Amino acid sequence: MATHKVTMKVNGKAVSGEVESRTLLVHFLRETLRLTGTHVGCDTSQCGACTVHMNGESVKSCSLFAVQCEGQDIQTIEGVATGDQLHPMQQAFKDNHGLQCGYCTPGMIMTALDMVRRIPSPSEQEIRKNLEGNMCRCTGYHNIVKSIAAGAKAMAGAR
Amino acid sequence: MYEFDYHKAKNVKDAVAIAKKQDEAKYLAGGMSLVPPMKLRLAKPGNLIDLNEVGELAGIKVDGKTVAVGAMTRHESVAESKDVKKAIPALAKLAGGIGDPQVRHRGTIGGSLANSDPAACYPTAVLGLGATIETDQRKIAADDFFTGLFETALKEGELITKVVFPVPDKACYIKFPNPASRFSIVGVFVSKKGNEVRCVVTGAGPCVFRVKGIEDALKKDFSPKAIENYKHPASGLNSDIHGSAEYRAHLITVLAKRAVAGAE
Repeated sequence: MATHKVTMKVNGKAVSGEVESRTLLVHFLRETLRLTGTHVGCDTSQCGACTVHMNGESVKSCSLFAVQCEGQDIQTIEGVATGDQLHPMQQAFKDNHGLQCGYCTPGMIMTALDMVRRIPSPSEQEIRKNLEGNMCRCTGYHNIVKSIAAGAKAMAGAR
Repeated sequence: MYEFDYHKAKNVKDAVAIAKKQDEAKYLAGGMSLVPPMKLRLAKPGNLIDLNEVGELAGIKVDGKTVAVGAMTRHESVAESKDVKKAIPALAKLAGGIGDPQVRHRGTIGGSLANSDPAACYPTAVLGLGATIETDQRKIAADDFFTGLFETALKEGELITKVVFPVPDKACYIKFPNPASRFSIVGVFVSKKGNEVRCVVTGAGPCVFRVKGIEDALKKDFSPKAIENYKHPASGLNSDIHGSAEYRAHLITVLAKRAVAGAE
């Protein structure tokens, strides 16, 4: 089976690598680029821990092949903060105890940022509906919902 | 995942030509139904033909009488389209309720129909509005398209190019989602266009099906009351840990009533 050379933009930088057809984007990110903030939480494409942005939209990097991302613009959790300064959404998760074990958090934050892009001030109900693709087994979601509401507010304030 | 060879199609002609040449070839649309079973080694295509850069397959065209949705149009695009919301609000709402935001950014109507999952949402709108599925070879009426569990009238290598929905007087889709997966345990789509009424069920059988008993009652009187005594036979319906056949049969009437009440 042939391998493919792929070149894409990840967190603003051009990167490239050699991948098999079957290499999933999440494995390219974690194993080739060593960007291990994007997590694999299930084998069934349901948990959302692997959520990244492709051309600004949230996608599950476990359900896309790396070879499909040729020329695309990918953002991962590593590209969210500015140096040591957390992004307002990350800060909101910290302030509101929006995580316990933290495994789902990178996916939650990438989903939250996509949500705020589409719905700048989401209601509690809208936040819950838009979290359908992300699972958390610790928090019971309440503090995640609070964190996203606070993060959205902080982002609106920063604009 | 088993190994496969990847091919990027430039246009419809190119995609079909690659499919003819390669063994065990499958088209890759959004991948939301195809990639998960490949990861579990439940699907083993030898060749994948990626349609994601075939621009001619994506897009929505609305005129007074029809809504045409290109096969590679993402669920999110249908859900957010002002034209679709205006012409067939039920279709936009249905698309906005498929899976989750991440899935809606990738998933496509063509992929959903070609897969024909027994609990998928899109097939209800296609059959429930009497749409026409256009392929690289022919036009297929929705009534002839869905033939069984993960089975359709598509031939080997045949490629869906677009789906043309007639605009109804009113329509509505209501699903009873599994609390974990959000797939429909049962979903019901009803539509009315002149004297024609369609009532289509997903989640309860091997693929979507029409319910004649409900359609006949609604033709006489398009109101929830007209079908409140309808009892769907449980025999032959799906039965699993999420719901027995009897429970699903009961849900058909309950959801059909809600769909009639909510039709717009």
